[in-house]
Amino acid sequence: MSATSTTGTTEPSPDAGAPDGADALAETASQTTVDHRLTTRQMAEFVAQGFLRFDALVPDDVNRRGLEQMAALEMGRFLPDGPHPPTTGTPISACYPAPSAIGDYLRLPAVAGIIDSLVGPEAIFDHDWTHHLKAGDLNGQHLHVDAIADSADPTFDVQLFWFPHEVKPGEGGTRFVPGSHLRRVRADGMARYQRVVGEKHYSGPAGTVLVFHHGLWHAGQPHAGDTDRWMHKIRLNPTVAQVKQWNCDDLVSMQNEPSDHVFATMADDTVAHIFRRWHPWHGVTDYRNDQMARARLWRYLSGDPTYDVDYYLTRLEGRSALKAPATSTPDPTISAPPASPAANDAAEGTDG
Amino acid sequence: MAERQQLLYLWLLNSAPDSNIAGLAFYDGTDGQGPQLPDKGDDPPYANGVEAIQDGWMLMQSPPPVAPTPDQLHNNAYLEYEFVFERRVQVHVTFADDTS
Repeated sequence: MSATSTTGTTEPSPDAGAPDGADALAETASQTTVDHRLTTRQMAEFVAQGFLRFDALVPDDVNRRGLEQMAALEMGRFLPDGPHPPTTGTPISACYPAPSAIGDYLRLPAVAGIIDSLVGPEAIFDHDWTHHLKAGDLNGQHLHVDAIADSADPTFDVQLFWFPHEVKPGEGGTRFVPGSHLRRVRADGMARYQRVVGEKHYSGPAGTVLVFHHGLWHAGQPHAGDTDRWMHKIRLNPTVAQVKQWNCDDLVSMQNEPSDHVFATMADDTVAHIFRRWHPWHGVTDYRNDQMARARLWRYLSGDPTYDVDYYLTRLEGRSALKAPATSTPDPTISAPPASPAANDAAEGTDG
Repeated sequence: MAERQQLLYLWLLNSAPDSNIAGLAFYDGTDGQGPQLPDKGDDPPYANGVEAIQDGWMLMQSPPPVAPTPDQLHNNAYLEYEFVFERRVQVHVTFADDTS
């Protein structure tokens, strides 16, 4: 997927105010390449919250045609000659070839940049679905997780929710729980939670895209409005390590030291600063465990096996190294810092 | 008249009944005939478990303290501190053979 685009903006020349003979220089048009990948700050927000939101990202024309294609896909998905979704495993760049509004949406430079940043440039299609709520449908889903059979390693899929028309409050916008994505749960084990403090109910303008970590708790909501609500959800898998796939220009300045510690000394405007976000439904233990989970995920994403926030992993790893081999029993919750990112990936797969 | 049960699940931030609410669920065996939860807009109906008791809810279950297994010491899963309350409410019930 191409996450860059070239714009024809004319940037002012240093000689713009020069006398005769300098006009040609002053009119020099520069082609500016825009990098649409996410920033380190956005990636850290995704790790801390489990989602990102991009309001009115998709142009009106694509939204309008998208509604038509979603309706056609809903009607024909299971018909022999109907329009079908891509085959599972199809590279994202080959999904929904032109002419296709869904393909146009997926290949928007801004959308491609989001996908590339989170699941790499060679992501593949898992599945998609057109979520159609009829006007006045007051049934709501139980809170759930789409990921049913996932491992404990830090790799993850993403799900993109595209709302091609405005969704007003109370009109079926998806309910979701920020900060729920790194918990070890079964798909429907949280169904009884009718309300979680701090949960969100999506509403927003046409063309908005929500991007979820596959583990984020969510549910479809009752739709009290008078027009049908449509949404396209697509799940994508990575095929390459999700390491530094975003625009890392700001990584060096934001990557805090492992010693950065809220109870000692800490720097401002760092990844750790973002990872200290305390969701209002988290108790103290939840919060600290979640910080450890965020740090583990960031070790994978940033390729830094020593990364930490508030010293939780580093403290345990330091003590773990003191145990005498002949008398100690391996503690499955602790692993010593691996020597390389690749080793880290393997270690994280079994780390509690 | 017949007795029906209302259930209130409160998930609190820690094991103390007076700690704040993380989540809640309400199941109404009176089908709307009994008293409903206070409507406080975006805020939960009660700030904590004790407020629920003060509003007439009877505690049926509080979460037992369970030590995590070593491999789960640093993992989060479900909301841990689940308190279950009930109210028993007299409601009018019409039975199929009720000719009174």
